[in-house]
Amino acid sequence: MRIACPFCGERELGEFSYLGDAAPRRPHYAVDDGSDPVKLAEAFHDYVYLRDNVAGTMREYWYHGGGCRSWLIAERDTRTHEFKSVQVAPGAGASVTSPAGE
Amino acid sequence: MKYSIFSLARAALTGHRGWTRAWRDPAPKSRYDVIIIGGGGHGLATAYFLAREYGIRNVAVLEKGWIGSGNAGRNTTIIRSNYMLPGNVGFYELSMKLWERMEQDLNYNTMVSQRGIINLYHSDAQRDAFARRGNSMRINGIDAELLDAAQIRKELPFLNYANPRFPIMGGLAQRRGGTARHDAVVWGYARAANDLGVDIIQNCEVTGFQRTDGRITGVETTRGPIGAGKVGMAVAGNTSRVAAMAGLRLPVESHVLQAFVTEAIKPLLPGVVTFGAGHFYISQSDKGGLVFGGDLDGYNSYAQRGNMPAMEDVCEGGMAIMPMIGRVRLLRQWGGIMDMSMDGTPIIDKTPVDGLYLNAGWCYGGFKATPASGLTYAHLIARDEPHHEASRFRLDRFLRGATIDEKGQGAQPNLH
Repeated sequence: MRIACPFCGERELGEFSYLGDAAPRRPHYAVDDGSDPVKLAEAFHDYVYLRDNVAGTMREYWYHGGGCRSWLIAERDTRTHEFKSVQVAPGAGASVTSPAGE
Repeated sequence: MKYSIFSLARAALTGHRGWTRAWRDPAPKSRYDVIIIGGGGHGLATAYFLAREYGIRNVAVLEKGWIGSGNAGRNTTIIRSNYMLPGNVGFYELSMKLWERMEQDLNYNTMVSQRGIINLYHSDAQRDAFARRGNSMRINGIDAELLDAAQIRKELPFLNYANPRFPIMGGLAQRRGGTARHDAVVWGYARAANDLGVDIIQNCEVTGFQRTDGRITGVETTRGPIGAGKVGMAVAGNTSRVAAMAGLRLPVESHVLQAFVTEAIKPLLPGVVTFGAGHFYISQSDKGGLVFGGDLDGYNSYAQRGNMPAMEDVCEGGMAIMPMIGRVRLLRQWGGIMDMSMDGTPIIDKTPVDGLYLNAGWCYGGFKATPASGLTYAHLIARDEPHHEASRFRLDRFLRGATIDEKGQGAQPNLH
């Protein structure tokens, strides 16, 4: 795999680190106003532990540590390793209530 | 047909024309009491134990390709029980005990070889951690031996002792660990399960679940619908895809792990050796090839092949402890799809769907777990309650905060 960094151009895989699926969004600390602790626990359980584990095109975070040190969002087919797109990741790790950037 | 020295001699005298199929190739029946999805080591072992230990013989194992064509044929064949945490220790020791009697149980030569495993340590802190692990094992009645540098040098004189950055200071040995022949394990379980009445149905991919009032009542397959009282998944690598057909979302990611084998050389390695300062493990097959591996590639994948950076990393680990292997040519390299769970520990449990059972999340450790996975999963399916040695491998442990994180990495599957 080679990744086309929007800043640095196409670079070899070893320059990048992988974080994982870009889909999970950290829930607000008070799901439904915090009135239901069970719902709150389930929302965080879902965010921390459950994954779609996509077989197909997946949006995922990569970090270009060996280059421009930018966080990137790539669309990649997990069955073939083919990259569909690579973009800068604005607001990586933002929560649902403060979706910085996107 | 029972295999023995006499059956071999008889066959030799008749020109080896008398051998029969090791297992039947039946067409699927319209209904089974239990269907196991996945004809790898775990699925076949489960069917075998269902029939032998729990008296459930109307069982089918459905395999989308040929049996053993997934991770059972893509591992590095190491068996060991050098785990530390409650929940793991007893389970893997149960597995080791089943390995020790497997050939007699199955009447099949699975080439179980207890040639020992030595995990090298390279710092004072790592020695302390290994001593703790060894103590945890011995408290639980498992053999463990902490070796110092002189003892390692005597046993493994060919290692590189001149590495100032990662000096070999000693190792933790489990003498009962070793290797087994991965394909033979699959074939042995298939043959033994078949003899007990289990149908092994190959080239039969499950494409959906049949449900009545929420309960699973069968599966849709590429060879038509098949009814079932209970359905068990044993499809590590593809667990999320199969579970999604039942509407489940799981704490599992699929990752590619590469393994390597060199050209055959004369006997060199007495057992399994692992490098503690990187991630590298190596053994020598009976054919002579050096079989080794290391870390995951690190990204989600269903592709069964990896990339160069992981290969380079593994080879660097190898060169750090055994520079001599730089002179050996690499013969083959392959990738398997690991079911990486969120805490590095497997899941053997019921699912929220009635009649559907889950055996998943084996991470790197699936091969050594094969017999115990089969036994405890069969217990769960037959009795609807967990086997006592697998009672902590629950699906809801993440919600309860009862994760079993042997490596202490947290919910980052590519680091386990």
